[in-house]
Amino acid sequence: MNSECKNNNTLLDCIKNNPVTAIILLVGLGLTVARFTSGIGGVTNLDNKNPWGFWMTFDLLCGIAIAAGGFAVTAAYYVFGQKHFGVFVRSTLTTAFLGYFFEVIALVYEVGQPWRLPYPIFWSQGTSSVLFLIGLCVFAYLMISFTELLPAVLEWLGKKDARKKAIRLVTPLAVIGAVIGIIHQSSLGALYVITPSKVHPLWYTTLMPLNFLVSSLFAGLSMVVVEGLLSHKFLHAYMDGQHIKTANRAVFGCGKAACFFMFAYLAMKVVQMADTSQHLSSGYGALFLAELAGGVALPALMLLTGIARKRTGLIQAGAIVAVLGVVLNRFNVSLVAFNYNLPAAERYFPSWMEIALSVFLFTLMVAAYRFICSRMPVLKTHKEYGEGVV
Amino acid sequence: MNRRKFLSCFTTVTAAVTLPSLRGAAASSAHLFADTDMLGVLHDSARCIGCRKCEAACQKVNADVLPSPDKLKSPEPSFYYRSVMDKKRHTDFQRFTVVNRYKIEDRLPVYRKFQCNHCIEPACASACFVKALRKTPEGPVIYSPDLCVGCRYCMIACPFYVPAYDYDNTWNPLIYKCTMCAPRLAKGLLPGCVESCPKEALTFGRRKELLQIARQRIVDNQGIYVDHIYGEYEVGGTCWLYLSPVPHKNLGQPEVGKTAPTDLTADILGTAGLAAGILTALLGATCLVSSRRNKKYPAGHDAGDDRGDEQ
Ligand code: SF4
Ligand code: SF4
Ligand code: SF4
Repeated sequence: MNSECKNNNTLLDCIKNNPVTAIILLVGLGLTVARFTSGIGGVTNLDNKNPWGFWMTFDLLCGIAIAAGGFAVTAAYYVFGQKHFGVFVRSTLTTAFLGYFFEVIALVYEVGQPWRLPYPIFWSQGTSSVLFLIGLCVFAYLMISFTELLPAVLEWLGKKDARKKAIRLVTPLAVIGAVIGIIHQSSLGALYVITPSKVHPLWYTTLMPLNFLVSSLFAGLSMVVVEGLLSHKFLHAYMDGQHIKTANRAVFGCGKAACFFMFAYLAMKVVQMADTSQHLSSGYGALFLAELAGGVALPALMLLTGIARKRTGLIQAGAIVAVLGVVLNRFNVSLVAFNYNLPAAERYFPSWMEIALSVFLFTLMVAAYRFICSRMPVLKTHKEYGEGVV
Repeated sequence: MNRRKFLSCFTTVTAAVTLPSLRGAAASSAHLFADTDMLGVLHDSARCIGCRKCEAACQKVNADVLPSPDKLKSPEPSFYYRSVMDKKRHTDFQRFTVVNRYKIEDRLPVYRKFQCNHCIEPACASACFVKALRKTPEGPVIYSPDLCVGCRYCMIACPFYVPAYDYDNTWNPLIYKCTMCAPRLAKGLLPGCVESCPKEALTFGRRKELLQIARQRIVDNQGIYVDHIYGEYEVGGTCWLYLSPVPHKNLGQPEVGKTAPTDLTADILGTAGLAAGILTALLGATCLVSSRRNKKYPAGHDAGDDRGDEQ
């Protein structure tokens, strides 16, 4: 996605300039055809004992966790009046919206009868299910984040009056968005509360909703920092001076908040370990400790040092480690610790096609982000509303 | 002005709506059927000879639901071949029940039938977000194929790995699991498997009576059975119950604890409703306070206006 692919280039030029992307898209399209002609069984290694695999973990658990930056930053700005986050509001909202949008796309691949996906909301509500709550949250947040982004879209389209109206909605929506985001993140953890006998005791606790919520908060905030870094590198052309100048302060703000949640998470985990410490000496114990030390404690210290010494680079590096740490945690809970009781032969390992399809969807999401940033005032301020397209 | 009014209004409404609805949902799922007179089946591994007649009968009575034998991916030679028992089998989209053989030390093999346990508080049904799986007051946990989205959360939730999925079916993949022969029960017939058992290893009846029968058998046959009726308390109790001459865990019965998993999530859903209400109120209030404090933060402002104006 590095090199430019301008509108006046031909398709062939695009492919020549982005060979890796072209291959990913080609393979992804092929696998999409395979998925919808030979069924889920044709492209995945899922079976009756392992009904959820790589897609669920990567596209949903990880994807939504790192999209938490959307509601966190929006709430910090609109609800708590932390104005120095302003520079990241629209870019994180865009990521959150795209994250949720592509979650739905991923579900189309993941569930057996995607044409029935609206059923839980419009047709037959299984209100006792955590998944029902999640469905509601996805549906609601998708609409909320879209409405919150509407001003940017309307600025792009030059609709001055409509934009004025849309802007009135933004603050109340920031409140609802934050509530829904919090409920959604915790319900992802709550998904596994119903399986006390299947998840390894080191990871299983009825407090999983809280663990997922707090870890998503620092993952989301760290992701905002990482995204800022990536945008700065690859989308510099779409930023204005104002954005570049203020970004540094916002990085510190996000870093501080993320650091706070990391220490809170560490404290929670240590308290929870009191009941399960007898498992720490096993292989699972080693993994658990590695996850906690390398994925949370280490980045927390990096952020702390970075903030104290005012070193943006260290904060950014810490943020990258933190995001990877949470990704590791989601894989551990849903794939490694899940079904720990089963013999090795009955455990799940993803097929290359599952991974390739996730990479495909991720690439599409990045492309969509670039498309939006290159056209709408996301990474910059639109000074004169109604004055044509950026 | 407007915004403040809107916010406070909205806060109250959200709290009023989310709280009772989610609380209600949580409450309705738990303890609805506990202590009722549900139907069930008792399987006695001391009587079972592993003839697999129950498997054959199950295929027959469910012929309209299960794929026909010639469509089977891995057709079994015949129900009279016992070599299929050399390895542990599992239910799948072609069979609602299997009988497995367990060799324990130097005693004669022991057999155990496997199918849905029809939990009193089924995790699968509470996990289903479209109510495609449902607990009937009579006992059976039944399935509506027309509703199923194929999310497979029921398979995640079931502590016994019962629901199976038809992964290779492109256009109509469904969940497959034993129905306790609910359609036959409605006609006053016995479950197919119970009817076909030549050794009376399967007993159909009210769960309460089955528990009495099982206890009596343990008492009457001192030294034959282990003193544990599997399913009496497991995951809050199941409608299928098991007697065994060897510890149940040797027959592949998992140790699942006595808490109904549904209770765990019911608490969480209740808390979610409460949390949503409180959070909305708190955040709404914070929003008002911070906007009043911040004079440069007028109602109807937008991100574009003051992003970065601190520099
Ligand atoms: S055994 Fe599994 S599938 Fe059967 S009722 Fe219980 S949870 Fe549901
Ligand atoms: S797979 Fe079907 S039956 Fe199972 S939880 Fe999902 S919708 Fe319900
Ligand atoms: S009760 Fe009916 S569906 Fe269940 S195993 Fe027996 S015959 Fe099969």
